[in-house]
Amino acid sequence: MGLVEKRKFSVREIRQDFPALRQQIYGKNLIYFDNGATSQKPQLVLDAINQYYSKNNANIHRGVHFMSQQATSEYETSREYIKSYINAEKQEEIIFTKGTTDGINLVAFSFGSLLSAGDEILISAMEHHSNIVPWQLLCERKGLVLKVIPVNSRGELKLDAFEELLSSKTKLVAVTHISNTLGTINPLKTIIENAHAVGAKVLVDGAQSIQHTKIDVQDLDCDFFVFSGHKVFGPTGIGVLYGKEDLLDKMPPYQGGGDMIAKVTFERTTYNELPFKFEAGTPHIAGGICLGTALQYLNQFNIEDVEQYERSLADYAQDLISTFEGVKIIGTAKNKTSVVSFHVDGLHPFDIGTLLDKQGIAVRTGHHCTQPLMDIFGIPGTIRASFAFYNTREEIDTFIAAVEKSISMLR
Amino acid sequence: MTLEEKQQEIVSEFSLFDDWMEKYEYIIDLGKDLPLIDPAKKTDDRLIEGCQSKVWLDASIVDDKMRLTADSDAIITKGIIGLLVRVLNGESPENVATANLHFIDDIGLAEHLSPTRANGLLSMVKKIKILALTALA
Ligand SMILES: Cc1ncc(COP(=O)(O)O)c(C=O)c1O
Repeated sequence: MGLVEKRKFSVREIRQDFPALRQQIYGKNLIYFDNGATSQKPQLVLDAINQYYSKNNANIHRGVHFMSQQATSEYETSREYIKSYINAEKQEEIIFTKGTTDGINLVAFSFGSLLSAGDEILISAMEHHSNIVPWQLLCERKGLVLKVIPVNSRGELKLDAFEELLSSKTKLVAVTHISNTLGTINPLKTIIENAHAVGAKVLVDGAQSIQHTKIDVQDLDCDFFVFSGHKVFGPTGIGVLYGKEDLLDKMPPYQGGGDMIAKVTFERTTYNELPFKFEAGTPHIAGGICLGTALQYLNQFNIEDVEQYERSLADYAQDLISTFEGVKIIGTAKNKTSVVSFHVDGLHPFDIGTLLDKQGIAVRTGHHCTQPLMDIFGIPGTIRASFAFYNTREEIDTFIAAVEKSISMLR
Repeated sequence: MTLEEKQQEIVSEFSLFDDWMEKYEYIIDLGKDLPLIDPAKKTDDRLIEGCQSKVWLDASIVDDKMRLTADSDAIITKGIIGLLVRVLNGESPENVATANLHFIDDIGLAEHLSPTRANGLLSMVKKIKILALTALA
């Protein structure tokens, strides 16, 4: 894939691809800084969704007729594309899911069923609730022990504590690649090497990384990698679980139904092979196809250009916000990207978020589904601006002026 | 002034503002001015935990009249509480129970009372209404 000529990185041109960015909110030009929650969709993806439902709609893997074969072929071609995009070895390793949450629950249920009482699962203090609660449920079900890698005051994982927590009892380490609240980029390679050294498997929550940085699952050597389509310019309701084939082979199915079986009798059912073993029922066909389209859209660009540009946006915003009196940046890791989370002394994030909204600026306020992390920083929540490659410095300037105005109204 | 007249009064006050920021400036001022709930009463049993902001509500019925004080950790929420208190405080349980609080919608703040907002305001109104209904029963 690396061989094709890449499209020139021009933010002005990229913005033209996203119709949702061209609108006014409360009479102001929309500034969309809530990309951590979900991304906007390029016209290419919108067209693909429309094309699927207006022309190719048919159920897959089960029809002799032309349309079904066409839809099946597009769905499987997309799987193949996703496989190459994240550099998985085989397409059997690409399981379509509803999203990150679904992928984590699948692994917690299915991989979890192979574990036994006393085994340990290691997560980190900066995990999204969706990478906490499935493990808590599993631990309750099976008598496992959940341990948490702490973070330092900059919002970086304490690697020495991580190494101390690791032992032969550790069966799985489930960590996020990039923190949705702090922007911290975790040192995955170190984590994975250390985990493997004690025989533990590693699940990477890639919900916040695939849209910002290159993903190569073989190079990382992670055992599982999960992400959501909607955060990488694709549809909602679709996502991917990558798992190493030998592991997926050993894991029992997650849900039963059509598509995931080889042969069913009332006495005994045998399961379909990978990846279908984990894909019960009619999937989100349009989603699967258009997630491939979204990655193709992103892949027109050099991902390094995207990464560098987004980092420069975050740095620019962070430098400006830091100058306000009483503002504390939450998450000052050396290696971070795309997110600026902050708290203003004596002011509630909800108030600032409400005033920004009325100035046409979409940010997220609150705990960002990372309540334990907020407790560690001793705040109820933050105001989070999260950037995508279609955002601009001019938008940040407007945002900074709006933050300043909001603070002065509230003080 | 009747409950309905109080609502009309608020609607006409808000009609003076041309834009959202002016409206919110006024709400924020109300929030800053609202007498705080007695700190001793900021207890967990009076706490309504929203996802975004917290509300403390102290409501009782004295001499057949609703007596309300309330507080929030967010100023905008507090300002809106101020408006709700202004409309409902001192009203009979019957008036409170049957009140149609249309002024919130009329002044464009309906979003703050929507179930998805989760700022504690909707639960606060529900609690007040339930108290009024219980008094009537
Ligand atoms: C780090 C992280 N993990 C998991 C999720 C959950 O993703 P989804 O809701 O798409 O399943 C999110 C989304 O907010 C996230 O930011």
